[in-house]
Amino acid sequence: MRIGSRWSWRLGVCGLALIVALAGKALSQDKPAEKPADAAAQAAAPAPPPKPDPGGTATGTIADVPAKEAGKPTLVEVADAVGHNRVAINIMWTLITGFLVMFMQAGFALAETGFTRAKNVAHTMMMNFMIYAIGMTGYWIMGFALQMGGVGALGTLGGTGVLDSEFTITLFGKEFGLWGTKGFFLAGSSYDVAVFALFLFQMVFMDTAATIPTGAMAERWKFSAFFIYGFFISMITYPLFANWVWGGGWLSTLGKNFGLGHGYVDFAGSSVVHMVGGVTGLAGAMVLGPRIGKYTKDGTPNPIPGHNIPMAILGCFILAFGWFGFNPGSTLAGGDLRIAVIAVNTMLASAAGAILAALYMWVVYGKPDPSMAANGFLAGLVAITAPCAFVSSFWAFVIGAIAGVILCWSVFFFERTMKVDDPVGAISVHGTCGAWGVISLGLFADGTYGDGFNGVPSTVKGLLYGDPSQLVAQIIGPVVNFGFIFGASWLFFKLLDATIGMRVPRDVELEGLDVPEMGAHGYPEIQGPPTLVHGMGALGSARAQAVPARVVAPEGGR
Amino acid sequence: MKKIEAVIKPFKLDDVKEALTQAGIVGMTISEVRGFGRQKGHTELYRGGEYTVDFLPKIKIEVMVPDEMATKVTEIIQATAKTGNIGDGKIFILPVEDAIRIRTGERGNSAL
Repeated sequence: MRIGSRWSWRLGVCGLALIVALAGKALSQDKPAEKPADAAAQAAAPAPPPKPDPGGTATGTIADVPAKEAGKPTLVEVADAVGHNRVAINIMWTLITGFLVMFMQAGFALAETGFTRAKNVAHTMMMNFMIYAIGMTGYWIMGFALQMGGVGALGTLGGTGVLDSEFTITLFGKEFGLWGTKGFFLAGSSYDVAVFALFLFQMVFMDTAATIPTGAMAERWKFSAFFIYGFFISMITYPLFANWVWGGGWLSTLGKNFGLGHGYVDFAGSSVVHMVGGVTGLAGAMVLGPRIGKYTKDGTPNPIPGHNIPMAILGCFILAFGWFGFNPGSTLAGGDLRIAVIAVNTMLASAAGAILAALYMWVVYGKPDPSMAANGFLAGLVAITAPCAFVSSFWAFVIGAIAGVILCWSVFFFERTMKVDDPVGAISVHGTCGAWGVISLGLFADGTYGDGFNGVPSTVKGLLYGDPSQLVAQIIGPVVNFGFIFGASWLFFKLLDATIGMRVPRDVELEGLDVPEMGAHGYPEIQGPPTLVHGMGALGSARAQAVPARVVAPEGGR
Repeated sequence: MKKIEAVIKPFKLDDVKEALTQAGIVGMTISEVRGFGRQKGHTELYRGGEYTVDFLPKIKIEVMVPDEMATKVTEIIQATAKTGNIGDGKIFILPVEDAIRIRTGERGNSAL
């Protein structure tokens, strides 16, 4: 070890010397370079050598505006450059915030797996992982077209307005948009940069909704049933509700058609994303039934502690980080400077949610329960997702704080009264607090933003700022959400249960889903066969190959 | 030759090991075990629900010593593993027939 470290020290010195030598050479190259320049100067007028711009003040000038005659752009050329830059900033913003939202999948995977038991980690992780792939595929095939096929021209993203076909029915003399009919497989006229940027952003939102139910249904859901579900939510339920709110569908036109404020407003998806996920999870958890051992015979719930609180809390932090894409990104415009307000509101609500949930548990149960505090943190984020663009920081904090308390009540309501077993609290975090989020918009929207939102002139105001009709729209939204999503999902899960079965057999659930469902333990050195624990060398692996039956069905439930 | 088996609180392991090493004990085996005695279990809280943990984590130390060392070793363990609270653990002394060093085949006290 001594000799090794001495050698690495010498190598380091040699490397440093090499870098210094190369840098010296690079600097000295400035001089010989002048020679050919001098030779050229004799032929043409002397050109000044290119100057660096370390301060950054001289970079980006009129010379950088694309023009026929360099350095002398016409007004039209300047206007073109401005328009292009505006859309470029917005598309960049939409893509980068979309990348942040994509990372929330990792947050969900860690949070859900940490809040469940070690014997099911591979299965829980695998659901959170595969939903990304399955959901994306389904959304590309059909979901995106149903959701956005009739959205029309995309103001902030430029584009040519190719998504222009909405299926509508006429009721009471008004048009009700039900789903879009363009953009299947992103083919044909959807082959457009604005559409692709929109697809990426909307896809990661859909996948957020799709991964939420895996938490409520964890530790007992058959992987084959989950696999089919992944296509169901990404191709049918999520896109339909999202169309009604974001794709120009009938909930968004409640304002234009019936004078209800700005129609149903859900800025970044408290209901479109989170409530859809939570309500789907509720339907699924009800069809599945509670985990074995969750309730004693008289119906009292038993705690089933999650196996890794650090993992779960890391997941929640990753989610909060991703939320900086989720909410501010929903402007679809980096040039819309309201993003500063949105980002601050988002973080304030999460703080309030965490503090209030922790305090509630501390006061009522004696300890600031980490898993409930983490749920409260997310509850604040879910609630602020709809109103984030329309409220002041004070109301953002209040909305998050109320969400933190509602979360606790909701968890105990579903666990103790409804007897619905939700291992990670997904139904309460996303379902209940999602509904609270859209309603809070109808109360606290302060009229400083949203001029022309959903085609209604003037800004968005809630009840406290003089528009009670907005609150009516904000109540219609979650009622429709619950009715449609719960009904459709419950029927779907019942159908799955009657055909391929929704729940793993009892002995599989007791042993842990990892080996029977996935083929391997998530933590083989802790739970796997002893050969793997002790024989990490050649003998261990040789034995594992020679007796594959042990890997498939280890004896007993270690 | 005697075997001293002590079940102690996990956080006392370092103190006990240190004291035994200073007293000239050159080897020991430990394992992470769970159990309860008069202390019984304790209750924990998760998502607002209380549950009982019956088997608490403990450390079991096994030391083989020549007969004349046994008393001294038990005294050291008792002194260093003691907190005065319920749940400090127990010490057992068992007779050992023989010991063999695998590498050399030595037997008896010289194998310890």
